[in-house]
Amino acid sequence: MSATMHMHGGIGESIKRKEDARFLRGKGNYIDDLTLPSMLHMAILRSPHAHARIKSVDTSAAGSMPGVIAVVTGELMAQHKLAWMPTLSYDTQAVLATDKVRFQGQEVAAVIAETKYQAEDARDAIVVDYEILPAVTSPEGAKAAGAPLIRDEKEGQKDNHIYHWESGDKAKTQAAFANAAKVVRLHTFYPRCHPAPLETCGCVADVNPATGKATIYMTSQAPHAIRTVFALVTGLPEQNIRVISPDIGGGFGNKVPVYPGYVVATAASLLIGRPVKWIEDRSENLISTGFARDYHMTGDLAVDANGKMTALRVHLDSDNGAFFSDAQPSKFKAGLFHIVTGSYDIPTAHITADGYYTNKAPGGVAYRCSFRVTEASYLIERLVTNAALELGLDQAEFRMNNFVKPEQFPYTSATGWIYDSGDYPKAMNVALEKLGYDELRKDVEARRKKGEVTGIGIASFTEVVGAGHGADFDILGLRMFDSAELRVHPTGKALLRMGTKSQGQGHETTFAQIVAEELGIPASDVAVEEGDTDTAPYGLGTYASRSTPVAGAATAMVSRKLRDKARMIAAHLLEAADEDLEWERGKFYVKGSPDRAKTIQEIAFAAYTNLPEGMEAGLEGVHYYDPPNMTYPFGTYAVVVDVDKGTGQVKVRRMVAVDDCGVRINPMIVEGQIHGGLTEGFGIAFMELITFDSEGNCIGSNFMDYLLPTAWETPKFEIGETVTPSPHHPLGAKGVGESATVGSPAAYVNAVIDALSPYGITNIDMPVTSDKVWAALRSKGVTE
Amino acid sequence: MWGFLGGQAMFPAAFDYLAPTTLGEALDILAERGDDAKVMAGGQSLIPLLKLRFAQPALVLDIGRLPKLNVVSRHDGRLIIGALVRHVDVERDRTLADNAPIMAEAAHWIADPLVRNRGTLVGSVCHADPAGDWGAVMLALNAELVAKSKAGERVIAAAEFFKDPFTTALKPNEIVTEIRIPIPPGQAGGAYNKLERKVGDFATVAVAVQVEMNGRKVTRAGIGLTSVGPTNIKATEAEKALAGQELTDETIREAARLAASAADPKDDIRGSAAYKKDVVRVFVQRGLHTALGRAQEKRT
Amino acid sequence: MKVTMRVNGGERTGDVEPRVLLADFLRTNLALTGTHIGCDTTSCGACTVLLDGEPVKSCTLLAVQVDGRDITTVEGLAQGGALSPVQVGFHEEHGLQCGFCTPGMMLVGTALLEQNPDPTEEQIRWAISGNICRCTGYMNIVKAIQHAANVKQAAASAPSPAAVAAGGGE
Ligand SMILES: Cc1cc2nc3c(=O)[nH]c(=O)nc-3n(C[C@H](O)[C@H](O)[C@H](O)COP(=O)(O)OP(=O)(O)OC[C@H]3O[C@@H](n4cnc5c(N)ncnc54)[C@H](O)[C@@H]3O)c2cc1C
Ligand code: FES
Ligand code: FES
Repeated sequence: MSATMHMHGGIGESIKRKEDARFLRGKGNYIDDLTLPSMLHMAILRSPHAHARIKSVDTSAAGSMPGVIAVVTGELMAQHKLAWMPTLSYDTQAVLATDKVRFQGQEVAAVIAETKYQAEDARDAIVVDYEILPAVTSPEGAKAAGAPLIRDEKEGQKDNHIYHWESGDKAKTQAAFANAAKVVRLHTFYPRCHPAPLETCGCVADVNPATGKATIYMTSQAPHAIRTVFALVTGLPEQNIRVISPDIGGGFGNKVPVYPGYVVATAASLLIGRPVKWIEDRSENLISTGFARDYHMTGDLAVDANGKMTALRVHLDSDNGAFFSDAQPSKFKAGLFHIVTGSYDIPTAHITADGYYTNKAPGGVAYRCSFRVTEASYLIERLVTNAALELGLDQAEFRMNNFVKPEQFPYTSATGWIYDSGDYPKAMNVALEKLGYDELRKDVEARRKKGEVTGIGIASFTEVVGAGHGADFDILGLRMFDSAELRVHPTGKALLRMGTKSQGQGHETTFAQIVAEELGIPASDVAVEEGDTDTAPYGLGTYASRSTPVAGAATAMVSRKLRDKARMIAAHLLEAADEDLEWERGKFYVKGSPDRAKTIQEIAFAAYTNLPEGMEAGLEGVHYYDPPNMTYPFGTYAVVVDVDKGTGQVKVRRMVAVDDCGVRINPMIVEGQIHGGLTEGFGIAFMELITFDSEGNCIGSNFMDYLLPTAWETPKFEIGETVTPSPHHPLGAKGVGESATVGSPAAYVNAVIDALSPYGITNIDMPVTSDKVWAALRSKGVTE
Repeated sequence: MWGFLGGQAMFPAAFDYLAPTTLGEALDILAERGDDAKVMAGGQSLIPLLKLRFAQPALVLDIGRLPKLNVVSRHDGRLIIGALVRHVDVERDRTLADNAPIMAEAAHWIADPLVRNRGTLVGSVCHADPAGDWGAVMLALNAELVAKSKAGERVIAAAEFFKDPFTTALKPNEIVTEIRIPIPPGQAGGAYNKLERKVGDFATVAVAVQVEMNGRKVTRAGIGLTSVGPTNIKATEAEKALAGQELTDETIREAARLAASAADPKDDIRGSAAYKKDVVRVFVQRGLHTALGRAQEKRT
Repeated sequence: MKVTMRVNGGERTGDVEPRVLLADFLRTNLALTGTHIGCDTTSCGACTVLLDGEPVKSCTLLAVQVDGRDITTVEGLAQGGALSPVQVGFHEEHGLQCGFCTPGMMLVGTALLEQNPDPTEEQIRWAISGNICRCTGYMNIVKAIQHAANVKQAAASAPSPAAVAAGGGE
């Protein structure tokens, strides 16, 4: 028997995961595992060109091939007013192209057939005549005089500019720069990458012709919001739409948006009257669904004569692809990028951002990130290391001298964020000690004398997660609360349903633990369900590390509501006054006589059998939690690298990560999240890249080109923690899913730049590949 | 670089499939249908191509059930590697470890452990991917291929085998049944250096180096290059420059320079042509130093 | 074409086009959906099965190729109700998150321990390097396989089958 069975499973216990049982046996229930009677299969024809006018689409040969039930084109979708759909950023996106294709891989037509082999055979037989147009592949190209107009169908759109957005105080920042002793500039490109969960996206749409009910099984991180969007797009009454997210094989932001494939499959099922399955292949996933980053950033940091940071100025150009469909809170055009002052007490800052259309896939999603925090954190942490190197200061000391101090919390940043809590020096010290920083510095010097190329990188990030308080945070007007509904059965077992959706984060365990802590029912007795919009309470979903901060809080709150009712029932059973009862996890007892007690199980039974006069039966409730503020996890990461002068290869020798995510509900799961994030951060820093040639051909549309780290390349991580509870979260928790991806890329790159700094090399953009390192070294005359 | 796959098929187009159990039968089938057939050994290159419909043969001829082709043996001063010997077999084989340690070293870095459980050395050579590792090793070791057809048998030197990317001297009616590697007399050593971006990636650059020594002098040097031209390249000038010489820093540097100028790489996502040439230089130097050390160890 | 193979110890037959991939045959014809598909380029290992005991990528094998041979999928790891030592290891060491790579990882781990009962961390990392996991960062997968090695060794030296007991409950 595993020890887990005998544990209560309260907060702070590393109980083993409840959800493991089915996955270990190969009995997970992922989208592609679902087969419905008479189900059809869909294959999508995509554009091979980045920018082209569609002259004709000939489906006649395809339509008469064996097994083919229908061929859906943009024209057909247009007849049903479904050729275009709204995006999460108040733009529109083509479902199936009618006029032009605007990126390589864009959806042009779809075949519905009896088998997937037949669907693919027929797709090959569709003939599309294109007139190729010049392609725009960067913001620079988008701005250029005479650049082709990508969104020519949009009324009033005369160029490729999407938005201009500012934050902070321009005049004050200008003044501070005028007085600066030193200004350090970094221009860096955070390239396009992709969340690439191991399971691709997909759906099975089942519109019942008799009842009109549309049941859509879908790999969605946010099923409720999707239901609402579907209702708005299709005009179907919302009670007739049921979205079910089955087990999800990783999301990392990729499974937040609504993709054209979902809409086409649903429309096809509606038209044909049979279920339609669409499962992306990997290349479709990488080439057309939500990418991340693609930010061109220039940062200036002003420093005074004492090494104090005095001002920060940032401009960024955002490459949004062909449609502005960033998945982010609607008020913020560049997400939460204005957290860019990071962990530092910088008196003033000014940020400007411009977004551009390009002939690239749309859908800037937060790849394991809270809405562009990753880009912000990368910029400030790279800039701070460069400033230290340029000023001849120690990277760690320079940070330490400029941190927001523990006594300054709650701290209002120059761009208006109210940091709830933090102790940055403490996390830094734990990291440096774990690393043996002082010794290592000496070792680096000694190795350099022998001609070795080696360095240490540090990043001390601050995250902003748990979106978010309804006054500021909404998606298409839907306030970003989340929910939990708790039912305690007569035998004292419970069912918890939530508006979030796990993609591997272990919600079935973590949220049961919150109930175990707050209501005293052992975690093993609490079943957790998510993802079915017909049964779960409305919520905005799981992304941006918001589940624990928001839905976790909702779970605590609903548990407490039930506890209040339980107290009244216990008082009735014990014939005592409410206020004479004491709560100890799992039972109420009469003050001073601990043997006069009722367990939560006894109370639950009484809730259905023996109630106080006039009390409503049952023990259940629901809570919608609108957080008062964001939470601000932080930490310090430190990396040691060795560089091969001959080939430019970088080897990560050590990686130390100290995280403070407040109270840890299940430390084992928290550490697992950190390991995963550090690995994705490693991938982003060194290998993951989606890029385009000048014609807009995508390079990185399969796993031979889009490189993901294996166990062999991935460093061994050394993990540490500090705990600074969030003062406003009912459990003191802050959320941790993304800290490691946010914080680690800069740490890795800073280590490489530190190693190369003796040669005067100050920047290499990610991914830091061996050829770029080689070129930098050779440009300074360093060779083997 | 695989390029644009978005919306390519994931399932092969239809084909006929035959899996004969004698070589005679297999050669008969090829004699008749060779022109629109594809031979399949481990399928680790062919099946990916079929799935993407880059290859759409009418017939797949699976040679996986032919007898006696999955053995490594030693015969007549040569190592014989049958057509069904897989990468993993090469990695573990004692005969090869004793006589040509470069083989296990190269095998180790091919693809990933699962692909190595299926893919064959001979299949890899026949596939003639300029980024394939075995071609370079075979060039360095002066290997020969034995090709059989209904008409008979011919022996093709590795140096004559590679014509263009994915194109060889093989005829559509031929099957390669084995590869033969001459066992070097006396002291010899080799090394395979590969630069890859991650496990499962093809080489950015790789270099196979083999030296055969008599005392301090090189009697024969073999240098094969991966991923730096339209085929695997034999760096003949560099080989010649080493023959009869002692391996000093100077001769090694010169050989490395000559090998780098034999390379003809292209700029791509993995790096510039200049980068790849320079890595050839670095790897020839490193490889010769290692090979020399190994040859000296083997002074028996 | 008719194919017959042993799958998880039982004989299974099917009638398929030659172009049907083994992964697809297992998932669609035999409803063994624990074998997953994660890529189009033989890169990810989500489709890993054991072919005569060796891990291979079932997306890069034709069903007809394995006629007459022996296949183990994730569904064949547990014996009766009891989880195998590797399955126990993945549970105890939190070796899985979303679970999508897990069948492949566990099958590779199982084959590795057959060959090498006491692998080092490096050997484990090398063995699983044909399988991608996006969630765990591999640290706990390595620990899970080490855990299984220990369970197996304990079972081998102890008179009663500890592995079976350890796998008995959830
Ligand atoms: C993810 C991945 C990564 C890889 N990485 C590498 C790598 O790093 N280095 C590397 O070298 N290779 C790599 N490969 C390729 C791998 O080594 C293949 O196993 C090998 O190229 C082909 O061997 P095979 O037996 O599978 O041949 P098959 O796929 O069966 O055949 C390949 C070609 O050779 C022909 N052929 C095969 N055998 C014969 C024969 N006996 N006679 C005539 N023609 C024949 C076939 O008709 C076909 O055209 C990789 C493959 C994959 C899937
Ligand atoms: S599905 Fe990715 S390797 Fe088989
Ligand atoms: S657990 Fe999600 S891919 Fe490995």
